[in-house]
Amino acid sequence: MKKLVYDLVVVGGGPAGLAAALEARKNGVKKILICERAPYLGGILNQCIHNGFGLQYFKEELTGPEYASRFIAEVENSDIDVKLGTMVMEILEGQQIIGVNRKDGMFAVETKAVILAMGCRERTRGAITIPGTRPAGIMTAGTAQSYVNLEGYIPGKEVVILGSGDIGLIMARRLTLEGVNVKGVIELMPYSTGLIRNKVQCLDDYGIPLLLSHSIIEIHGKERLEGVTIAEVDKNLKPIEGTEQYVSCDTLLLSVGLIPENELSNNLGCEMDKVTKGPVVNEKRITNIPWVFACGNVLHVHDLVDNVTQEAEIAGKAAAAFINNEMNKEEKVVEITHDKNIGYVVPQRIDALNNQGKVVKFFLRVKNPDEDVKLIVKDNFDHTLLSLSKSIVEPGTMVTFNLPRKFVTKDTSSIDISISKEQPQ
Amino acid sequence: MEEKKIICIGCPKGCALTIKHTGKTINEICDYNCKIGLEYAENEFVQPKRIITTTVKLKSGYLPFVPVKTKEPVNKEKIFEIMKVISKLEIESPVKVGDVVLSDLAGTGVDLVCTRNIQKVS
Repeated sequence: MKKLVYDLVVVGGGPAGLAAALEARKNGVKKILICERAPYLGGILNQCIHNGFGLQYFKEELTGPEYASRFIAEVENSDIDVKLGTMVMEILEGQQIIGVNRKDGMFAVETKAVILAMGCRERTRGAITIPGTRPAGIMTAGTAQSYVNLEGYIPGKEVVILGSGDIGLIMARRLTLEGVNVKGVIELMPYSTGLIRNKVQCLDDYGIPLLLSHSIIEIHGKERLEGVTIAEVDKNLKPIEGTEQYVSCDTLLLSVGLIPENELSNNLGCEMDKVTKGPVVNEKRITNIPWVFACGNVLHVHDLVDNVTQEAEIAGKAAAAFINNEMNKEEKVVEITHDKNIGYVVPQRIDALNNQGKVVKFFLRVKNPDEDVKLIVKDNFDHTLLSLSKSIVEPGTMVTFNLPRKFVTKDTSSIDISISKEQPQ
Repeated sequence: MEEKKIICIGCPKGCALTIKHTGKTINEICDYNCKIGLEYAENEFVQPKRIITTTVKLKSGYLPFVPVKTKEPVNKEKIFEIMKVISKLEIESPVKVGDVVLSDLAGTGVDLVCTRNIQKVS
């Protein structure tokens, strides 16, 4: 078996992997390898041909491939090595990686650090158990996106979309533009789970109905999908009898959530967060294994690639500090807790002795939509460190805020984040 | 005076804006949080425009299609007419981000440009 030696291996060449590798290079890491499973860099951005990327990071509106091409060009002009069509099979405890591709066969890489940037994958029909037959024509919205945008195939003539996630909304518009009859988007929850702008520019612009508090209760068709039965659901998300409707369609797209792809992290023994389905990390994006870092959608599902890039740069910088022996040796763990209105917070812990950066950036998601709320950050002495007013919070939109590091002292052992209705003064 | 509520699509925040108008004349635009919102509201009231993104057939490229976009937003009601024009196009590889596929797309005065680098395969 071929044996290679690198300072840093980045698993995944999508937006997270590219930005992490570049940031590590800028911070003095010399020998970097990116392993990418697909035959090209850029990850999912290649099939996201719509615009709306980069408004925060580049201060201009780009399409997915344009956003990716900026990072790909930078990597190609650097001395970062890239292996395409390469699957990382295993990350071993002894700081070794086993990969495989057609050119090298199986190969091993000895490395000082690893950045996990494998991204996520879509939940499928199996994950949501819709009763009925199992005909052709049922696929995830992302699969349809790949067929239409990369390969040039139209998946059907009459389409129903289940789930109002962003990819589903984007595909409703994309298929309409290609002459497909998109009959509607069915959403189980009483609110749209995608970004509001996508509901406006993808559904409202084309008069595509969005049915909230509805679900598909049966699939019809033997060889090919012939139709679905939809029904309204009650507060407990149970179908209401008498509200059933038959909708004919030959294609059903599922846009019902994303799951971080963590087989490698699990096998290695990374501590996982049950809610994010990604590794537990501190603010430097270090997992419980000191030489393993994680960033992007493998850590938690982001709604904006701009946030992925920023997070990847944090991981790349921290990995460089680790490799160059510039990181503080001792650590004091501060656990981050949150109230029941919050679904999750990343990072899940911070290091009170961290010597890098003036602020800690937090990402969180609320469980339910709300208006005029207060986000309050307190330490273990019940001191209020931050108090921020938010006019609207929604599960589909990540909430971010910066905590100045000076608020975290040697005596801080935990920090609690809560979101509650603003008290009238 | 009448009121029209719209949601800005200028960025992922999706601010809810209100346009106060008398017939076709705008009196006031309220609740916008930035320049993009103000401009969007004006355009949306007078002449809604969108950027179109789709794909164009590619000859002898590493991939069979190249993603494209209209360099500027185009009038919303012309979208399907424009899609018809684009669907008939086929171009030669290699292509680079920003390469012009077609100038003055369907009489809009807007260029259609490539959004991905794709190499030629022999």
